[in-house]
Amino acid sequence: MVAPGRCSMITRRILPCLDVDDGRVVKGIQFQQLRDAGDPTERATEYERQGADEIVILDISATPEGRGHQLEVVRAVRHRLRIPLSVGGGVRTAEDARCLLEAGADKVAVNTAAVQSPALVNEMAERFGSQSTVVAIDAQRANGSWGVVVHSGRRSTGRDAIAWAREVCERGAGEILLTSWDRDGTRQGYDRELLSAVSAQVPVPVIASGGAGKIEHFGEAFAAGAAAVLAASLFHYGETTVRELKQRLAESGFEVRL
Amino acid sequence: MTAREVYLVSTGTANLASVEAALIRCGSQPRRVEQPQEIAQAELLVVPGVGTLAAAVERLAEQRFLEPLAERIRQGRPTLAICVGMQLLAAGSEESPDTPGLGILPGRARRFPTTVQVPQIGWNRVVPDPANDWIEEGFAYFANSYYLPEAPDDGWTSLQSEHGVRFVAATARGRVLACQFHPELSGEWGQSLLEWWLQGGAA
Repeated sequence: MVAPGRCSMITRRILPCLDVDDGRVVKGIQFQQLRDAGDPTERATEYERQGADEIVILDISATPEGRGHQLEVVRAVRHRLRIPLSVGGGVRTAEDARCLLEAGADKVAVNTAAVQSPALVNEMAERFGSQSTVVAIDAQRANGSWGVVVHSGRRSTGRDAIAWAREVCERGAGEILLTSWDRDGTRQGYDRELLSAVSAQVPVPVIASGGAGKIEHFGEAFAAGAAAVLAASLFHYGETTVRELKQRLAESGFEVRL
Repeated sequence: MTAREVYLVSTGTANLASVEAALIRCGSQPRRVEQPQEIAQAELLVVPGVGTLAAAVERLAEQRFLEPLAERIRQGRPTLAICVGMQLLAAGSEESPDTPGLGILPGRARRFPTTVQVPQIGWNRVVPDPANDWIEEGFAYFANSYYLPEAPDDGWTSLQSEHGVRFVAATARGRVLACQFHPELSGEWGQSLLEWWLQGGAA
């Protein structure tokens, strides 16, 4: 396994994720310091202030009309945000990705569209570079391994998650955003076996997602090989701040940017 | 006082929006280069770059930007080169063996070893050389698979970092600043570096 920290001073990253529906952040209540907790720009800059390493915006709009606000949101956030911005949700084509990058995203995540048409990953990597090409993989345990699921876990694709992760790297993906569909929303911790299985097999950074419920879970994900961890509700509901989390991780011996 | 104009060279694939947003936050007014003569005339010029060196060189050559760019950097005129923009200043890159760089910085860009994750994506510690008095140690955001191994001498002062190997994170001489990392994405530290360059550099 390639440890991100071996002979490298690169730090482990904390990525707050904003779920945006129709231009508004849809999770979170404990944000008294913000005038408008539903405003993606206010929320993103607050996380930057707390020490977030990157912001992820996932557009979860159910309708194409709702998704129409996506570019406006990206432009507004980019204007203020001084750290990298990754955007995903509903990206179907390289043209969709180009629009997001031009609006100010630094990376674009593709999920279902890549499963349906794997050549999309090659096209994005060739046009925009691997560093801007993130492949999101939703994995679910099946028959002693993990399968790739799409459509919010409702549909199995018949693909093996580890094989798919390797394939997208060969096609030019620069990062894997790996969500455990078994753990997502459970707050039981990241799926460490999945993380170590995938990070052992790919040369690129793996972002852990799904299952964060307490501070200890982040260290577990890093120990299992994650280069970065994504979390939403833990931050949105004010249970911890990015800064507090990073201080705890530093005390546990992980290299973080403080 | 009107905002200072900064010209940006499009190398085709670069995330210009992030660079433009950062320049605006620093109080300057970004413009995009359209004509080769603007490269010579611009008071301040930024060469951002992502993607491969070959693609960047091809695009710059097509627009007849390559010669005036090399000339302006040799003259030490205020120029900021970012990521692949920095590698463009080197002699070349393993990534695109048939494409020569401008040869202003020594050495060729190499690929990171397989003992570390490639691409290097994330925040890495950057440490100034003892002779460097223009920036303090900090964390910078990188997104690269290739790096420059040799810190130039001859008046350049550098920042170093480590990812499997030691590499040049940034180097400056006078008003020419070349960064392997993305100052536009490197938070408050990156913003202060941009402001330093906009206001006068290592003059």
